[in-house]
Amino acid sequence: MTLLETTSAPALPVSLSGVARRFPSPDGGERVVLREIDLSIRAGEIVALLGPSGCGKSTLLRLISGLDTADGGELTIAGTPVAAVDQRCAVAFQEPRLLPWRTIERNVEIGLPRGTEKSAGRDRVSELLRLVQLDHASGLRPRQVSGGMAQRASLARALARNPGVLLLDEPFGALDALTRITMQDLLLEVHAVEPATIVLVTHDVDEALQLADRIVLLGTDGDTAGATIRRVLEVGNRRPRDRGDARLAALRAELLDLLGVESHHPEDYITQAIKAQRSKRENP
Amino acid sequence: MAASPDFVTGDSVVRGGIAGPPADPHVTGEAAVHSSEAGTSVVERPRPRRSSWRWLIGAILPVALLVLWWAASHLGWVAAFKLPSPEAVIQAAIDLAQRGVLWEYIGISLQRVLLGFAIGAIVGLALGAIVGLSRLADGFLAPTIGAARAVPSLAWVPLLILYLGFGEDSKVTLVAIGALFPVYTTVAGALRHVDPHLVELGRAYGLHGVRLLTTVQLPAVIPAIISGLRLALAQAWLFLVAAELLGSTMGLGFLLIESQNNGRIDRLFLAILVLAVLGKATDALVGVLERQLLKRWG
Repeated sequence: MTLLETTSAPALPVSLSGVARRFPSPDGGERVVLREIDLSIRAGEIVALLGPSGCGKSTLLRLISGLDTADGGELTIAGTPVAAVDQRCAVAFQEPRLLPWRTIERNVEIGLPRGTEKSAGRDRVSELLRLVQLDHASGLRPRQVSGGMAQRASLARALARNPGVLLLDEPFGALDALTRITMQDLLLEVHAVEPATIVLVTHDVDEALQLADRIVLLGTDGDTAGATIRRVLEVGNRRPRDRGDARLAALRAELLDLLGVESHHPEDYITQAIKAQRSKRENP
Repeated sequence: MAASPDFVTGDSVVRGGIAGPPADPHVTGEAAVHSSEAGTSVVERPRPRRSSWRWLIGAILPVALLVLWWAASHLGWVAAFKLPSPEAVIQAAIDLAQRGVLWEYIGISLQRVLLGFAIGAIVGLALGAIVGLSRLADGFLAPTIGAARAVPSLAWVPLLILYLGFGEDSKVTLVAIGALFPVYTTVAGALRHVDPHLVELGRAYGLHGVRLLTTVQLPAVIPAIISGLRLALAQAWLFLVAAELLGSTMGLGFLLIESQNNGRIDRLFLAILVLAVLGKATDALVGVLERQLLKRWG
């Protein structure tokens, strides 16, 4: 991978403390979706938000991006509060959301910060299209490309912002299993070149294990309404990761256990793995 | 580089259709909007060109009608005072053209239609955009505009003549009223239903106000604007004839009413044929505009 000529903005740290979000419920009351979220994300880190469907992962991501406002708590990026639609962030959604009447190239252009000089913008777009391997498809319309290509265009558009924080909302969730794995590798390559902090929402345990430095498990705790952070698991930043690595398998078993899913490992194996993992964390 | 660059074949079906359940409460319901994109195929099917055989097929019925007309008038199937022969109509056209009246009438009618259509379409587009984009304007304006739309076209005529006189102003205004509502209705409706995902995307990338409108919302409703314009043009011709029938000294509507009063059935037929040709020709112009716009935005 060649180094990009254009310099990207530096990665920024994100800090959340006591963040809460409530939505009005149909019966006129309020429904707590998120409560007491405390999390500090280092600059350049990849954090995966993992949790069951409907637990508020995407809501948390929207709060960080400023697309939605919290009902309580503090959200800061690099020490300053998150603004409404914060331009230090760039979001890629689960659906590519490309404008169907624009070519791939012109769709990526939307991501460029306002006031970018025309020729510089063009260079940046073609550079990003190369990075996500879409340079051959720059003139095509979204309906002429596959789901994987559309999602890469969406990623390139987000990168065109030069974001300090890159927010990905289940970006590979609608892709087939093979394309998803290729896209995960591509994302890591992109991250090596474009040093943004990445917050990634996923419900796929393997995806979280493959991509993240840390996995933040969201979920409800007992009978209290609203999801909060149940566990933060350190995966480390060693890469590339062997998809069949024993330590990852142990983490995987632990995560599935926490999510309440039967992993179908032999009983003694999973118990051993979890115990080993816990004791290692408790007595380093 | 591990990723293989080409996914064009095979996985096109994945997009949209298998979007999965929405993860958060406030996203519920939006997933369905996106799935409309799913059925699109990667392979662009080549559109058959408007070739000569299509012209031929389209010409069969008019030619047959002409033959039937000719036969009906020459073989005495219909009395001559009810149905002129085709030659008589052509003769009437030549006669009026030589006197210079035909071109004058066509010119003035075209001018009224195009002017009224342009004014009505622009006002309709503006009103439709305001009502379609702002919930406040929708609540404030939509009931009143809906009531104005419900007034039958001819009901405006006496009032317009009283206020604006028998001149051009009242006629152009009536045509503009006719053209306004189809554009207003289609544009307001379409803007209300622009994919909320795309609008949110625009917001997330720092677009708002006029830039959001021109980048996301207007291009998304171009097909609706065009069908609104087509309806508006048909309405414009309708209202033109209404205006000219009810008080004018020239124009194709005047030719109709004058011919009726003088029993000139040949000129009556001529006026109807000219209206058909002009209506089709202006509609074809909008069709050309449509193809250009859809090539760019479709």
